[in-house]
Amino acid sequence: MSATDILELTASAAAAEIAAGSLSAAELFDVYQERAAADRAAGDHGLNCFTWVAESAPEAVVADKTAGNGARPLAGVPLAVKDLFCTEGVPSQSGSRILEGYLPPYTASAVSRLSAAGASLLAKTNQDEFAMGSSNENSAYGPVRNPWDRSRVPGGSSGGSAAAVAAGLAPWALGTDTGGSIRQPAALCGIVGLKPTYGAVSRYGMIAFASSLDQAGPLTRDVGDAALLLREMVGRDERDATSLQFPHPIELPTAERLDGVTFGVPEELTGEGIEAGVLESFHAALDRARDLGAQVREVHLAHAPHALSAYYVIAPAEASSNLARFDGVRYGYRAEEPRDLLDMYTRTRHDGFGAEVRRRIMLGTYALSSGYYDAYYGRAQRVRTKISEDFRTAFAAVDFILTPTAPTVAFGLGEKTGDPLSMYLSDYCTVPMSLAGIPAISIPCGLSRGLPVGLQVAGSAFSENRLLDVAHALEGALAFDGSPARV
Amino acid sequence: MSDTANASSTETPAGGPPGALEAVIGLEIHVQLATRTKMFCGCELSFGEPPNTRTCPVCLGLPGSLPVANARAVHFGLMIGLALGSELAPRSIFHRKNYFYPDLPKGYQISQYDEPLCLGGSLGEVRIHRVHLEEDAAKLIHVGASGRIHGSDASIVDFNRGGTPLAEIVTEPDLRTPEQASEWLRLLRTTLRQLGVSDVNMEEGSLRCDANISLRPAGASELGVKTELKNMNSFRFIERGIRAEIARQEKLILGGGTVVQETLHFDPGSGAITSLRSKEEAHDYRYFPEPDLLPVRIEQAMIDAASADMTELPAARAERLRVEVGLSAESARLLAFRGELGDYFEAALAATADPAAPAQVLANWVTGELVSRLGEGEDPASSRVRPEAISALVGLVAEKHVSVGAGRQVLDRLVADGGDPEAIVAAEGLAAMDGGDELAGIVAAALEANADAATRVREGNPKAVGPIVGYVMRETKGRADGTEVSRLIHEQLGI
Amino acid sequence: MIARDEVLHVARLARLALSDEEIEPMARELSAVLDHIAKIGELDLDEVAPTSHVVEVTGALRPDEPRPCLPREVALAQAPATSDDGFLVPSPQA
Ligand SMILES: [Mg+2]
Ligand SMILES: [Zn+2]
Repeated sequence: MSATDILELTASAAAAEIAAGSLSAAELFDVYQERAAADRAAGDHGLNCFTWVAESAPEAVVADKTAGNGARPLAGVPLAVKDLFCTEGVPSQSGSRILEGYLPPYTASAVSRLSAAGASLLAKTNQDEFAMGSSNENSAYGPVRNPWDRSRVPGGSSGGSAAAVAAGLAPWALGTDTGGSIRQPAALCGIVGLKPTYGAVSRYGMIAFASSLDQAGPLTRDVGDAALLLREMVGRDERDATSLQFPHPIELPTAERLDGVTFGVPEELTGEGIEAGVLESFHAALDRARDLGAQVREVHLAHAPHALSAYYVIAPAEASSNLARFDGVRYGYRAEEPRDLLDMYTRTRHDGFGAEVRRRIMLGTYALSSGYYDAYYGRAQRVRTKISEDFRTAFAAVDFILTPTAPTVAFGLGEKTGDPLSMYLSDYCTVPMSLAGIPAISIPCGLSRGLPVGLQVAGSAFSENRLLDVAHALEGALAFDGSPARV
Repeated sequence: MSDTANASSTETPAGGPPGALEAVIGLEIHVQLATRTKMFCGCELSFGEPPNTRTCPVCLGLPGSLPVANARAVHFGLMIGLALGSELAPRSIFHRKNYFYPDLPKGYQISQYDEPLCLGGSLGEVRIHRVHLEEDAAKLIHVGASGRIHGSDASIVDFNRGGTPLAEIVTEPDLRTPEQASEWLRLLRTTLRQLGVSDVNMEEGSLRCDANISLRPAGASELGVKTELKNMNSFRFIERGIRAEIARQEKLILGGGTVVQETLHFDPGSGAITSLRSKEEAHDYRYFPEPDLLPVRIEQAMIDAASADMTELPAARAERLRVEVGLSAESARLLAFRGELGDYFEAALAATADPAAPAQVLANWVTGELVSRLGEGEDPASSRVRPEAISALVGLVAEKHVSVGAGRQVLDRLVADGGDPEAIVAAEGLAAMDGGDELAGIVAAALEANADAATRVREGNPKAVGPIVGYVMRETKGRADGTEVSRLIHEQLGI
Repeated sequence: MIARDEVLHVARLARLALSDEEIEPMARELSAVLDHIAKIGELDLDEVAPTSHVVEVTGALRPDEPRPCLPREVALAQAPATSDDGFLVPSPQA
C-alpha cells in the first residue's frame, strides 16, 4: 500500500487492514511517524501539533506480526495523546513551562488501556496550558495552527490533537474536555470529537484542570473511529474513585436512518451570539436530520445562559487547588536561588505558569476565599443543579439535543487573546453539557467561509451507544469532506 | 473545633469569690490509625524505613494522581464513633483544606469539614464534638544552612509519613484542670488501644494532642478567649503545658490585660510558651468538597461490621466489674483502665480455686500486692505468677488457711520462681497455725521475753504490743493469724 | 473593580508573585470576569441543593491492601533539589 493510500484510511480501516495482514503495523506507524516528525521539525512553519514524537515504532509494534483473529482490537494503530496524559518516561508537560521536561514515573489509565488494546504511542500533542484555553494560544510550547487556514487557531484546549488528526499527522488522538476542549477544537478543525459521560473514562494520570468536569475522549476522522477508541477506554478504574463501570459494552455504530428519533433544539443555545454562517450550516444539518426521518422540535434549557458563569467559577476554583501542587518541591520548575520558602513558591509559580493560568488561579482562589464562597462557588454549584434538571426535563421530551458546537468558525491567531471574556464565549454551547456530566459529540456539518462548522449532539448519561449511532447516521447524510486539511 | 469561643467580661459573678477564675479546656487529638496502608493510596505505613521509600504518585502529589479512600480507615473511624457514642453520618464528605507547606505535597490536606464521619458523643464526663478522618503531613527535617540552597537554612522532606490515616477527635470544652485533662486523655488512649485502631504511642507521635484553653470567672457560662496549645507529646507535658498556659492567662487577666486568640507552643525544656503564627497572615483554608472523591455513604452493613469488631471498652468494663462482679468503684476503674490488669484479674477470677477467692480480695491482691512486686507498667500475664496461682493463694488467705503475712511470703516465691501456692505452703511450713496450745505457748514465751512491753500494754499503751507480736511472728515464721495472736496476748495479760 | 489590596491578598493566598505592573491589569481582568459571573446572583437559588458531583457511586472505597511503592531514586528523580535521600527546600523556619 502506498503512503498516500495508507493516509486515506480511517483508524478503523487501518486496524482492519492490519488484522487482515494486508498492512503491517510498523509500516503504518512509520508513515505517521514521518509526517509527525516533520511537523515537529518545521516548528512554527508547521502546525506545531506536537510536543514530542516517537523516534521509531515501538519494538512491540515491529515484533507483532499477528494477523487475523489474533490481532488486538486496536491492532497497533498509532495514537497521538494530549500532553496532559502522564506517559511513563515520556515528557508530560500539560503545555506548561512549570512541567518542562517532566518525565512521569507512571502512565495514565486511559493510555494504558489503549496500549493494552494494541494502540502504540505516536506522539504527545500540544495543548493550552493545563487545558485552560479555547485557541491553543496558551501553550508554553507555542500556538498550534489550524490546517484549514494556518493563520487561524485550531480551537482548544485539545488543539494539537484536533489539528493533528485533521491534517493527517495522526490517525486519531486522545484529548480531554472540561468545558468543550474536545468538541470545540474538533468543530474548528472539521473532525469528530466525543466527550463521554463524566466517570466513563478514568481520570487517573490526567494532569487535572477541573476534577469534577475533566473527561478524556477521542478525536477522530469519523464517528466509527470514535466508537472504536471509546470502546477500549471506558470502564471502572480502582485508582479513580469517580470512575464508573460503563453499563454495557460500547458498540460500533451502524445506523443510517433516524426514524423515530426526536431531536430537541434549545432556543437558548441556537440564537443570539451564534455566527450567521454557523447557524446556516446548523439549520441545513437539521434539514438533513428530518430527511433521515427524525423529528426536530424546540426545547428549553432555561439556565443554559448561566452555564458559562457557573463554569468560570467552578473550573477555576478547582484548578486553583489542583495547581497548588506545582510548588517547585518534588518536580518541575523551581525559581533560581530563592531567598526563602515564600520567595521560592511565589516566583516559581509566577514564572512557571503562563498569564491565563495565573489569571484563573487568581479567579478560583478569590471565589473560594473567606467571605466569597457562598456568593460564588456555592451559587455556581446550585446553578449546576438547575442545569442538570433542565437537561433531565428536556430528555423526558426528546432523545437528543442538537446545537452548533461553537458559536464561530476558527478565528484568527491573536484575535481574542487580549479579551479573556470573548475567548471564554467560545465554550458557550459546550459548557452546559460539561456541567451536567452528559455525553456530547461534535461532528463536522459543513463549511462556512471555507472553514468547518461543528454540530453538537448531546444525550443523557451513558447514552453513548445511541449517541454514536445517531451521529453516524447524520455523518452519512452530511457527507462532510475533510480531505483538504490533510494535504 | 469549639470556634464559638468569644470574649467575655472578667466580672465576678455574684456569690463567687472575687477574682476567682476557672479554666475551660477542650482537646483536639490526632490519632494515627493502625491500617496497613495510607489513607488515600496503597503505600504501606512507615515504621522508621529510610526516607522516601514509602511513596507513590498519590502520596507524592504527582500530577495526575488521584486519591481513593481506605475502607479500613473508615471502618476504624466508625468503631471510634461507636465507642464514643457518636452519631454516625449517613453520608460523609471529604473536603480540601488549602494551604502551602513543604510537608503538604498537593497544596491541600484532604480532611473533613462540615459533614464529618461522627458527630457528638461522650467519653466519661467529657462530651465529644466530632470525629473526622484526614491524612497526615510528611516529615520535615531541618538541616540548617545548606550550600545547595543559596546559603539559607534548608529542610529535607521525607514523604514516608505523608498520607498516614488520622482520626481527629475534638472534645467539647468540658475539662477544667490539667490533671483532669491528662487523666481523660489516658482514658481515651486506653479506649483506642482496646479498640485496636491505633498504637496510641505519644512518644512516637501516633497520638498527638492540642489543647484549647480559656479562662472565665468561676461559675460563668460564657467562654473566654481561647488559645490553642499545639502538639504536646507526653502526658506529663500536657499537664505542665496546660498549667503553664493557665498561669500565663491568669497573670494577664489579673494584670488587667486581655488574652489574644493565637496558636502557642509549649517548650517542655524551658517551660516557656511561645506564639507560633506571629508573622503569618490569618489562615484562609478555602475549604471545598474534594472533587476527586465521592461522598462516603455509610451503609448499615458498614456499621454492623464496625459493631462486630468492637471489644468491651474501659468505661463499660468498669461498670460491669462494679455491678456484676461486685468490686468497689475504685478497683473496678483501676482494672478497667489498665486493661492488662483487668484481663489478668478476670483470668484469675475464672480459675475456680478451692477454697474460692472472693472477688474484691482477689482484686486487692492483684492491684496491690502483685503490682507492687512487678516492674513499672509490667503486664502480670508475662510474670511467673499464673492467674490460677494467685487465685489459689487468695483463696487460702481468705479462708485463713494461710495468714496474710505468710501469703505475702508465698507471693514473693511465686514472683521469683512461679509454682503452686499449696506446694510452697507445704514445703516451707507456712500453713496457718490453729489457735491451739502451740500458739498459746509461743505467746506466753513472747510475753516473758518482752516483759517491759507487756507491762506497758497492761498499763494501757496498745502500741507497745508491737515487739510481742513481732516475736510471735518470728517464732511462727508468720504462720500465726494476727487476730488470734492479739486475742491470746490480751487473754494472757488478763485485759 | 477589585481593590489592589484584595488582588495582593489573593495572590498571597495563591502563592503567586505579582509585579507592580501586573497588579492593575489583573484587577481589571478579574473584575471583568467577575462582573459577567455576577449574573448568577440574580437567580433565585435558595431552595436549590448544590451539585458537586454529577454522578453518585457507592463502594468507591479501596481495600486496605498494600501496593508497590516507587523506588526512592525514582521518587526523587524529577526534584529540582535533593539532599540526603530527601527533597531539599528552603526551611519554613528561616
Ligand atoms: Mg486536623
Ligand atoms: Zn503512596
